[in-house]
Amino acid sequence: MSLIKGETGDWEMVIGLEVHAQVSSQSKLFSGASTAFGSEPNTQVSLVDAAFPGMLPVINKLCVEQAVKTGLGLEAEINLVSIFDRKNYFYADLPAGYQISQYTRPVVGKGRLVLDMPDGSSREIGITRLHLEQDAGKSLHDQHPTQTYIDLNRSGIALMEIVSEPDIRSSEEAAAYVKKLRSILRYLGTCDGNMEEGSMRCDCNVSVRKPGGPLGTRCEIKNVNSMRFVMQAIDYEARRQIEVIEEGGTIKQETRLFDSGRGITRPMRSKEEAHDYRYFPDPDLLPLELDGAWVQQLRSAMPELPDAKKARFVSQYALSPYDAGVLVDELASANYFETVAKGRDAKLACNWVMGDLFGALNKLGVDIANSPVKAESLGELISLISDNTISGRIAKDVFAAMLDTGKNAGAIVEEQGLRQVTDTGAIEQAIDAILAKEGEKIAEYRSGKDKLFGFFVGQVMKATQGKANPALVNDLLKKKLAG
Amino acid sequence: MSALTELGLAEARDGLRAKKFSAREITEDHIKAVEAARPLNAYLCETPEKALAMAAASDERLAKGEGKPLDGLPLAIKDLFCTEGVPTTAGSKILEGFKPPYESTVTSQLWRDGAVMLGKVNLDEFAMGSANITSAYGHVENPWRRKGDNHALVPGGSSGGSAAAVAARAALAATGTDTGGSIRQPAAFCGLVGLKPTYGRCSRWGVVAFASSLDQAGPMTRSVRDAAVMLQSMAGYDPKDSTSANVPLPNFEAALTGDIRGMRIGIPREYRIDGMPAEIETLWERGIEWLKAAGATPVEVSLKMTEYALPVYYIIAPAEASSNLARYDGERFGKRVNGDTLDAMYENTRAEGFGAEVRRRILIGTYVLSAGYYDAYYLKAQKVRALIAQDFDKAFESCDALLTPTAPSAAFGIGEKFDNPIQMYLNDVFTVTVNLAGLPGISVPAGLSSEGLPLGLQVIGKAFDEESVLRVGQVIEQAAQFTAKPAFIAGEA
Repeated sequence: MSLIKGETGDWEMVIGLEVHAQVSSQSKLFSGASTAFGSEPNTQVSLVDAAFPGMLPVINKLCVEQAVKTGLGLEAEINLVSIFDRKNYFYADLPAGYQISQYTRPVVGKGRLVLDMPDGSSREIGITRLHLEQDAGKSLHDQHPTQTYIDLNRSGIALMEIVSEPDIRSSEEAAAYVKKLRSILRYLGTCDGNMEEGSMRCDCNVSVRKPGGPLGTRCEIKNVNSMRFVMQAIDYEARRQIEVIEEGGTIKQETRLFDSGRGITRPMRSKEEAHDYRYFPDPDLLPLELDGAWVQQLRSAMPELPDAKKARFVSQYALSPYDAGVLVDELASANYFETVAKGRDAKLACNWVMGDLFGALNKLGVDIANSPVKAESLGELISLISDNTISGRIAKDVFAAMLDTGKNAGAIVEEQGLRQVTDTGAIEQAIDAILAKEGEKIAEYRSGKDKLFGFFVGQVMKATQGKANPALVNDLLKKKLAG
Repeated sequence: MSALTELGLAEARDGLRAKKFSAREITEDHIKAVEAARPLNAYLCETPEKALAMAAASDERLAKGEGKPLDGLPLAIKDLFCTEGVPTTAGSKILEGFKPPYESTVTSQLWRDGAVMLGKVNLDEFAMGSANITSAYGHVENPWRRKGDNHALVPGGSSGGSAAAVAARAALAATGTDTGGSIRQPAAFCGLVGLKPTYGRCSRWGVVAFASSLDQAGPMTRSVRDAAVMLQSMAGYDPKDSTSANVPLPNFEAALTGDIRGMRIGIPREYRIDGMPAEIETLWERGIEWLKAAGATPVEVSLKMTEYALPVYYIIAPAEASSNLARYDGERFGKRVNGDTLDAMYENTRAEGFGAEVRRRILIGTYVLSAGYYDAYYLKAQKVRALIAQDFDKAFESCDALLTPTAPSAAFGIGEKFDNPIQMYLNDVFTVTVNLAGLPGISVPAGLSSEGLPLGLQVIGKAFDEESVLRVGQVIEQAAQFTAKPAFIAGEA
């Protein structure tokens, strides 16, 4: 738990997050229109999305399946009967004048999510609920000096609103929560988790209190669209609330907006929030009834999720919890690692993936799916190290060449003649040649200057263009120097 | 008037198949009748060219012996059904100029089956009304007159244009929609048959929504057989409407056996309300006798929650309407009145676009859903609604169908009952329960009032048992021998 120092002592943050995750689906929640990102405005709008008279919503079964899978991934209760409600308000990008959402009876109930903190500890955060709802359209205020343009492509796209309990106690935990949630969604394929494209958006409920004291009044910060902003917004908001309280003021429960440019939160104009949403069950839709056997089917077809995979990596590959945690964060990394490690030295595989590969990808600015070195190739490289075809040092050069050329490790080794010399005779010959020239240094070494051993190794490696097996060089050198 | 406009839907169908006349002939006669009926203000939009083109296509099919169930039969369409490329107003200024780029499921099925579209007919604005006086395009006149009195009467509502057009022989039949009685009450007022099917029987897709959990499309015709024929084409499962029922579609016309022997007919004692005119009471008694004579057994049943039906209806329907009508914001279709801000545009557009009754119901609906009132009004109303449905379930344990009057009075004069909306709402007292319970109900003309105006009896059935409703309805029809005609017949001098 991280506390904030104020004028009057320590303060504790109490944070709950509402994450809106766009459901991965070809078509919208209640219409057949496409959900593809980045199309020309108003090209993916059905008459239902535009709320033409007499148009009716029909639930997209795939979206329900995605929500249920996500619920199962959060170890949550699946409600076999849930209700779609209308949330009524007027706005230009809400064509029907109401959003179809789930208010009193969401499709998914209580669940949990485990955070892996950087210090290796873990924290469990309660999930209050997950419900399905429609996204609104987009208002474009910058297209015309006096008019607002409306793009309804997003109107009606399915969102999962995932609400956490107020169990989060720091901005770092909040970021870890979003990260873990995103990881689970991506494992499940239920949301691409792409915050830049807005497929994951976050509202943060923040309050402060004296440690262990009664809960303070919370403010909701709307639409925070990156992990960094989540941390910034929460830290700013907590500071602000502490200052207000310490100066003798009180916190007004309100909705605030995060201004990412200035790194501050500001209250929404009262008009923007003074809504009585008049929720009531949508009479165009029957209650959503799920077949228990179907849910069971989904449950038994669940993929291995990050927590389970991490535990398996620790036990199966003897990785450290930290390394396992990093590898399982992205399914693609975990799969990459497993391909590399298959039938090979797992620790070595882990070091190469997390060290050389991640470093290279970082430098290139590409993600693992687009890595110029495929997992099979890296595996081959590691096999070459393990069977002493090349040394670890040569392997670094080979890896660099693989990145540049996209060629296989074996091919590079052959082309460049990098095969390690393991022929004792050849190494002895090289050693003898060196020792013959370095009588003086031999005497120094023998008189106790142990450090010179490295010099001899270096000379031998140089003479063999680094291809001599280092272990053999060490052994033979030691014997020969010992005279 | 021509002999062809006097035909019933089923008769005309048979005549076309027997090649006694052509689709073009019956359509041309109806186009003339539509013009002649203009004083009634029943049609908002006449589509004669479309009608002739459709008739020509029907004639081609009929000539090849490939006639479809409704080939060549001219119909009027309530202007609540979206019709592709044809103005659709819902009786409101706010949809002025709106031409839907799509066709409602119900009308598309009618055209699929060869029916001919004469035009779109008037209605209460957004189907909110019981007299067709709230239309932004003027009230509709009932073709009937009181004996010896030429004061114009209301046709009932909200499907007032449908009722007036069919009664005046300016369409063989019409589509209606019924949220609280909007098919059955105008049918009763105009001496027609009006059938509200079970909720979910006809798709709501493409029908401008008033109250989604209550709205249901149905036929308005001059005979029970016609209603059966038309329902056959209107009904059916539609995957585009989540509340549409995926149940088998029976052959409705085949249900008209005339045989109701052994059926138990429930008579709900709570429907004997204070102040009901004696002649309606008498008509009801007569109806019971007719059914008895046909071999059915009347049984008294209790629908205890009846007295709460109207209040419940006037909470739920406006609540849903307040939300359904939020989409009329001036942004994407229909009327827009600009303003300095977005809110000003909403306010200007909706203030100019909606009439008084629609505004009243939006306000009521917004109020009953608002924080602090939801539980006391909307939630409680939903609970009572469930009890009303239970009442019917219980009643149907001891009977197969129910018989009641359709409305507590005959058609009233234009200008009467207008000052007090509550008085107006009372028109729906016998019909709203059926919507709240989602059941099928039919109104059949069963006699004339002392003033010479038609009165209807209502048969209510179990969910998806339109067959019994139609069968019992036809027995009443035959017993009643209702042959009276309205004062105004299109094309008659």
